Amino acid sequence: MSVVVSAKKSGPFAHGFNSVQKTMFTVLLALAPATAFNLYLFGWPAILLFAVTVGACVVIEAVCLQLAGKPVAATLADCSAVLTGWLLAMSLPPWAPWWVGVLASVFAIAIAKHAFGGLGQNVFNPAMVGRTVMLISFPVAMTLWVAPHPLFSPGAPGFADALAITFGGQIPDTMSAASALGHIKTELSRGIPVTQSIIQVPDLMDMTLGYRAGSLGETSLLLVLAGGLFLMVKRVISWHIPASMIGSLFLIAALFHAIDPARFASGTFHLVSGATFLGAFFIATDYVTSPVSKSGQIIFGVGVGLLTWSIRNFAGYPEGVAFAVLLMNSLTPIIDQYTRPRAFGRNRKGEPLSLEKKP
Amino acid sequence: MKLFPVRGGIHPEYRKDLTSEKAIVVLPMSAALYIPLQQHIGAPAEVLVTAGDQVKKGQMIARNQGTVSASHHAPTSGRIREITEVAAPHPSGLPQTTIILEPDGKDEWGELPEPIADPFAADPRAINDRVAQSGIVGMGGAAFPSAIKLNLGGQKKLEILLLNGAECEPYLTCDDRVMREHADEVVDGARIMAHALGTPRIVIGIEQNKPQAIELMTRAASVFSNVEVVAVPVQYPMGSERHLVQAITGIETPARKLTADLGIVVHNVSTARAVHHAVRFGRPLVARVVTVSGGAIRDPKNILAPIGARIADLVEFCGGFAARPENVVNGGPMMGQPLPSLDAPVVKGTSGILALTAEEINDRPDSACIRCGNCITICPCGLSPVEMSAFIRKDNLEMAAKLGVTDCFSCGSCSWVCPSHIPLVHYFNYAKGALRDQENDRRKNERIKTLAEVRTIRIEKAAEAKRAALAARKPAAGTAPAAGASEAKATTEEKVNP
Repeated sequence: MSVVVSAKKSGPFAHGFNSVQKTMFTVLLALAPATAFNLYLFGWPAILLFAVTVGACVVIEAVCLQLAGKPVAATLADCSAVLTGWLLAMSLPPWAPWWVGVLASVFAIAIAKHAFGGLGQNVFNPAMVGRTVMLISFPVAMTLWVAPHPLFSPGAPGFADALAITFGGQIPDTMSAASALGHIKTELSRGIPVTQSIIQVPDLMDMTLGYRAGSLGETSLLLVLAGGLFLMVKRVISWHIPASMIGSLFLIAALFHAIDPARFASGTFHLVSGATFLGAFFIATDYVTSPVSKSGQIIFGVGVGLLTWSIRNFAGYPEGVAFAVLLMNSLTPIIDQYTRPRAFGRNRKGEPLSLEKKP
Repeated sequence: MKLFPVRGGIHPEYRKDLTSEKAIVVLPMSAALYIPLQQHIGAPAEVLVTAGDQVKKGQMIARNQGTVSASHHAPTSGRIREITEVAAPHPSGLPQTTIILEPDGKDEWGELPEPIADPFAADPRAINDRVAQSGIVGMGGAAFPSAIKLNLGGQKKLEILLLNGAECEPYLTCDDRVMREHADEVVDGARIMAHALGTPRIVIGIEQNKPQAIELMTRAASVFSNVEVVAVPVQYPMGSERHLVQAITGIETPARKLTADLGIVVHNVSTARAVHHAVRFGRPLVARVVTVSGGAIRDPKNILAPIGARIADLVEFCGGFAARPENVVNGGPMMGQPLPSLDAPVVKGTSGILALTAEEINDRPDSACIRCGNCITICPCGLSPVEMSAFIRKDNLEMAAKLGVTDCFSCGSCSWVCPSHIPLVHYFNYAKGALRDQENDRRKNERIKTLAEVRTIRIEKAAEAKRAALAARKPAAGTAPAAGASEAKATTEEKVNP
């Protein structure tokens, strides 16, 4: 009974059951309720755009893997391209034409992800790169917001109309609407104070449930929040980035609102509008582009929160989450470097602790 | 008792129930026992027997040599077949000098040292000598000669003897069973050790997943006011010396220091029992309890096996393999070593033999790191495995060392938790080995440089002296050739005597 078993590597000879695929799958699952509800709200054009974007991401990923000589099928199975496409679709105007989704996918997958070396190597969040490049390059197409037209409701586009909207680029003028953040910014630029313009945006309940204009992921806060909490329960993400981002955004907005309510919208308004929740739970928490240590994640979250508020208030664009995330992405390596945990038995500088003093 | 939080850690599948309710059973005597001369950290022992010798059980057959070493004794009575090279229970599978003993089946004890009648009145040195004489090494796995650790009492002021009954490795239940079946012996051994060390307090740390052991040990300890049993949280790697000390005392052992520098000495529970046997009965360490478990073993057991029993014999005693094992591991699944062959023997540090199926190991090809940061969150040493491994992959060992790779004790938590199944510990073990080699080379070069410099100085001095002598003799002409010859002779001497 002389069985010789060769070990190719050292221990451990036990491994957890977590995997990249499982992680990505859990995130997709967490996104599903909010996505389904929003696809329902914005109807067939949104469904078509969603399918086009996710499909484009997967195809581009496959092409890039092929070009790089990496295993195609095995890598596609990790679902990271699906997730990127999914998040990208949720950040686009729901009735945007097909080429917006495809072009955004090219920037997200080919440029932001694979040009940097593929999964795990990218500095910037691919979905946000896709969205931001499109927003800068095609501001008109990227700000064509519509009010919700739930599936099968009167006035909602049928499948044929949807084909015309998505692939023909014909959005009926009457259907367009401004997002809350956009509305306030435009009014402010015309000299109308926030205190007045805010009356015309949907009330808090509609904002929370999602009955308002915006991209797929910007509306329906409750379902996004539920998905985020689900991810926390599943320990895919921790509280550090969402709490620090939402907290810092709320605090600075509330502070300035207290100082000048005519110029600055309230903290609550900043929380419920735009992509705050989607950004906090699903975008800023992207593993690859956020810091690895918990203290680094708090710095990152606070940075995203403060930058979001600054961009929303002082920059040319009404929404700032995507820009804020990208800016903080660029700081991630340096945050990582300065927030390494303290090694056991050593002080922060890496010197052994002295015997007399307790740490 | 108030416990203190310990950083990181994981909760693997423990699978201790495979053997936790299996009482210790004695292995039927094998046809031959293979006793390696080196079963411990330190120098191999020196052989005292020759082929053909008849030995009795407990007779010393190999004596410790050097400062760090351990003696070995005949695990049973019989005849020495030969002393030869046999594959060691080490991942390399390299052979090492081994005494092969053919049992005569009588299992007769030889003449043993007198029991120490009242160990608590005895001189601590007498107890240390007895422990050294009995060949006791740390039985938790590291196999460090115990007498050296007990000698610390003479060198340092010690406060606590911490008995490690955490047994945090999955599968292993040998310490659990020893505590449940021999609680009194363990506590007695601990008290003897505490006397030798001069520590007033004894704390026995047991993970909460061993309620019976906690209960029985608490009962055994309740008679003595200075012995305390503490249930520590189930959190791998709680059994790591430094982390157990932190959980129980709240003190973080400084890097490159020993827990003894804090006044705390840690010993394994089975070691304490071996001390009890050595002191109370004069019996050396000739057998130990081994957990034979894993999904590929037909009937997992806790086996009392003589040192030197072939692992194949233990596996056979457990009904052999029920499935093809993917790996056979010496020790626990987290920190154990792969066994190259079942022909290797049980040694003093063998706590478990695990035949694991591919499903249990659940290893997969590694994929790209997604920077999830789990490895950083769980690292009990506060290191950044993700960053260290990235540097090691680029062969930048200097940066890996800067990030503290040499502080890693290969607990395996990062490899366990990694969703991309990156063999992090494998990288770190490689880096630690390569860094050690570099360090050795550096030392060697330095030594050579020093020697070379000394030699240059010596030659210069000799030449100087010769010139001086020559100058003194200059007026007397015709002696120059003789001086040249002696110079040549001196150079030859330098060559043979560097």
